[in-house]
Amino acid sequence: MSVLPAFLLNDEQGAAHSFPGSRGALICFVKEDCPTCNDVMPVLAALQTAFGEVLDFFVPGQTAEGNRVLADRHGLNFPLLDDSTLKVSFAYDIEIVPTLILCDAEGRAERTLVGFVRDEWQQLAADLAETHGVAAPDLSWSELPEWRPGCGSMSADPLVADRLRAEAENSPLRARRIEIASQDDEFEFMFDQGFSDGLPLIPPSPERVMRMLSGTRRDPQELLGVLAPNMGEATIEKVAINAVMAGCKPEYLPVIIATVEAVCTEEYNIHGVMATTMGASPVVVVNGPIRERLGMNMKLGALGQGSRANATIGRALRLAVRNIGGAKPGGTERSTLGNPMKFTMCFPEWEERNPWTPLHVERGFEAEDSVVSIFTMTSGPTLMVDQDSRTAAQLAGSIGLCLEAVFHPKAHYATEVLVVICPEHVDTLIRDGYTKADIRARIQEVTARPIRELVENETSAVGFKRAVADKMSSEELDRPLPKFRREEDIHLVVAGSDAGKFSGAFHGWVTGEIGSVSVSRKIEEVS
Amino acid sequence: MTTIMDPTDERVPVARQITPRAGAVTGSVALLDISKPRGAVLLDRLEALLKDRAPGVTVNRYAKPTFAKPAPDELRQEIFRDNDFIVEGLAD
Repeated sequence: MSVLPAFLLNDEQGAAHSFPGSRGALICFVKEDCPTCNDVMPVLAALQTAFGEVLDFFVPGQTAEGNRVLADRHGLNFPLLDDSTLKVSFAYDIEIVPTLILCDAEGRAERTLVGFVRDEWQQLAADLAETHGVAAPDLSWSELPEWRPGCGSMSADPLVADRLRAEAENSPLRARRIEIASQDDEFEFMFDQGFSDGLPLIPPSPERVMRMLSGTRRDPQELLGVLAPNMGEATIEKVAINAVMAGCKPEYLPVIIATVEAVCTEEYNIHGVMATTMGASPVVVVNGPIRERLGMNMKLGALGQGSRANATIGRALRLAVRNIGGAKPGGTERSTLGNPMKFTMCFPEWEERNPWTPLHVERGFEAEDSVVSIFTMTSGPTLMVDQDSRTAAQLAGSIGLCLEAVFHPKAHYATEVLVVICPEHVDTLIRDGYTKADIRARIQEVTARPIRELVENETSAVGFKRAVADKMSSEELDRPLPKFRREEDIHLVVAGSDAGKFSGAFHGWVTGEIGSVSVSRKIEEVS
Repeated sequence: MTTIMDPTDERVPVARQITPRAGAVTGSVALLDISKPRGAVLLDRLEALLKDRAPGVTVNRYAKPTFAKPAPDELRQEIFRDNDFIVEGLAD
């Protein structure tokens, strides 16, 4: 048997009562508005009379005002102790009041009675009388109710339990606590401290952070990675704080954790993505069953505003990068124009509307896995408007022609692309039996240009440098070069509403070892 | 008092940042009377000292309508626009 937590509580007169003492004790947790607690008050008074000489007696009440009412109402012969902070109730893990605990002189619980079961209380009284050789309490047991269930302890109220957990000695929270003076506006304070992306933040109070951490089973101090440029340690706790500020619900946390893990990898290179003058930003694509559970929007307006999950998951990542990593505009974030996607960009794939393999399965995961995939964009979603093509070859051709604009029409082999195909375009493509490979091949086919057309010229100096072209043979200069280095550089997903022939494209950033490579991570499922 | 958890890597102490010190008083100095009794006495003395010791400095006098409320927005804008420094004369 483990020793019960020690405590020191004051009674109404301000006298301190400390547990454990030098002898056994009865401890009973009560609250005024509980009918069962009121029923047991005369019983407690009789127990006090019978055993007050041989046992210590502690009756913590859960509100100060309630204690006064109970004392007046019942004319008690014992003091009620003030546990209005609920810290002792919480430390004892009290779920129901009344809870009566008998413990020995060392503070070990010997018997715990929850609610009021007359036989149990009568048996306890009889046993105590026998053990201590004193008279049993003078009570008409038969006039007492046989059974009363008791009420919920205030310390278990969800509204206060998170605060109590955050304040408890064994609280899992380790981050620095910042006290904001009562004259200060907490929202303005957070702007002043530079925590914000420019929009208001939810104050990350300890209880909100505790609630956020309930979204994962992982240790709050687990290190997910380090974020440049500060090489700040992205612990789950720190990520949870930023998730609170972003407006996330606790159930989103596993997605954000996987997202932070993905961007902390060497391949993804979040430092480069943030630092580049090109204004790059992560795009988070979510696949798997978690999409439905979080109520993510993969249909009408999937890439836009209005979905809390889509909006706040993307924002949580950006706030984590800003606050933990220290990547801020004007510091190491050097974007020339900036990019509205830097506020947030996260959407799920509409797998059920995708007749091909969904993104995460293409990237090596099981269909039933929930997965985040992070892609780096520098512009988009640019709209690819084709309301006219009725064959797959025409439509995939149109998509290819639109993608000529990625970076610059003369920039080939320069980057990758994330194409978001809308459902009506899916229908056109699938009607002719087009596979994802067919779409990619058609894009490459229609974008292929002879190298001689991609050499710097009077119209534009972008493309192959003249000095390089001069060393090429005429045959080499005639060789057609498609837009993308590899067909795998064309990522295809499905999202959007059933109405409208408008697909979208996120243009990439520098890829490969010198830039950023898309990374996918499985999301821990918390059922 | 509200308590929040620090979202950063905690390398910078959390404190109110003080405006960088200029090193010398030049340009225009606003003297703001918050309209508590005898606040003006202090500011009159300060104005005399400034004129004596920093003759190149322009002194502009302002007063809040009442000490019990924050300065009106127009007044704050005016002080901000026309001055390089401000001294606020608290009373009590």
